[in-house]
Amino acid sequence: MVCLLILAAAAGAVAVLLVLRLWIVLRSQDVTPRQSLSVLVVAGSGGHTTEILRLLGSLSNAYSPRHYVIADTDGMSTNKIDSFELDRANRDPGDMSTKYYIHRIPRSREVQQSWLSTVLTTLRAMWLSFPLILRVKPDLVLCNGPGTCVPICVSALLLGILGIKKVIIVYVESICRVETLSMSGKILFHLSDYFIVQWPALKEKYPKSVYLGRIV
Amino acid sequence: MKCVFVTVGTTSFDDLIECVSARDSLQIIKSLGYDRVILQIGRGMVVPEPFSTESFTLDVYRYKDSLKEDLQKADLVISHAGAGSCLETLEKGKPIVVVINEKLMNNHQLELAKQLHKEGHLFYCTCSTLPGLLQSMDLSTLKCYPPGQPEKFSAFLDKVVGLQK
Repeated sequence: MVCLLILAAAAGAVAVLLVLRLWIVLRSQDVTPRQSLSVLVVAGSGGHTTEILRLLGSLSNAYSPRHYVIADTDGMSTNKIDSFELDRANRDPGDMSTKYYIHRIPRSREVQQSWLSTVLTTLRAMWLSFPLILRVKPDLVLCNGPGTCVPICVSALLLGILGIKKVIIVYVESICRVETLSMSGKILFHLSDYFIVQWPALKEKYPKSVYLGRIV
Repeated sequence: MKCVFVTVGTTSFDDLIECVSARDSLQIIKSLGYDRVILQIGRGMVVPEPFSTESFTLDVYRYKDSLKEDLQKADLVISHAGAGSCLETLEKGKPIVVVINEKLMNNHQLELAKQLHKEGHLFYCTCSTLPGLLQSMDLSTLKCYPPGQPEKFSAFLDKVVGLQK
C-alpha cells in the first residue's frame, strides 16, 4: 500500500517536472548569435514540399547542413529535393561543402484515414522520429504540415525537455490556409517557437502568430 | 493550336478527370475554340483513352518531372486546388479554373480558391458546375498575380536564429 503511494507520488513528481520543463522550453526564445545552423526540414509531400522548398530557397548557405525528412509513402519529394539542391549547388559553385541528407519516417496519417488508427500510426511515427532527432540534433526544425511533422516537432521538443538541446521550431502554415488553421497547425501553434501565417484573417484570429504577408 | 491543360498535381482526382473527359465537356471545350486537351492524372484510377483526330487531340499521362512545359503551352489551365499547381500556374500568368475536390478533409482547399477568386486571379467551381462555368466565364476579367516574397521570411528567420549579417 505504502509502496503504491510512493510510486504514485514519484510518478506525479516526474509529470510535474516534465510539464515544468515543457513550459520553460516553450517560453525560451534566447537569440544566440551564430555563423551557421543545421536545419531539419520536413518535406510533407505534394504542395507542402513545394512550399517548403520555396522558403528554403530564400535562405542563405548559413543554413546547413540540411536534413530532409519525408514520409515513407512519398514517392515525389526526393526528386524535388534533389533538383532543388542541385540548382542551389549550380548557382553557388563556391559552396562545395554543403551536404544534404534525406531521411524517411512513417507517415502519421494518410488522406481520409480514420482518427482512431491515426493515433496508432502517429505513435509509431513518434517511436521512429525520436531516435532520428536524437542522432541529428538540429539547431532548427522547419515545417509546414501535414501530420508527418508532428512527431518530428514533438521529438525536437523532447530534446529540450530532457535538457539535451534546445531546438528552434518554426512552423509556416500553408498558403492554402486563409481563414482556418490545419490540424497540424492547430497542434503546433502551441508547440512551436515561431508560427507563421500568410493571410491577415489568421493573424487576427491568432495574434501570437507571425504575419509576413504571402511568402511562397 | 489552343490547348487546355488539366492537372491534379501529385493527388488523385478521378471525379475531375471523368468530368473533363466526358463527351459533353469535351464538346464544350471544343466549342470554345480549343483543339487540344492534356490530362495529367496523377495517382488517379480513371485513365481516359487518349485520341487524336484532325480537329482535336486528347493526351493523357500521370506525372512528369516538371509541368513547366505543359503549363507554358497551355491557353487555359483546369486544376485541382493544390497550392503548388495554383501558384505555378498563376505565376506563369495563365488563366486558371480551379476545381474543388469535395471529398478532401475539411475541404481546406476551398479557402485558397475563394480568396484568390476574391482577389480576381482565378475562377473556381466543383466538378458538377465545371461545364457551366466553362461556358459562362470571361477570362479577360482575370487579374495578374503578384508573386509571394520569401525574402521576408529569410530576413525574419535570420534575425530570430541569431545569424550575423
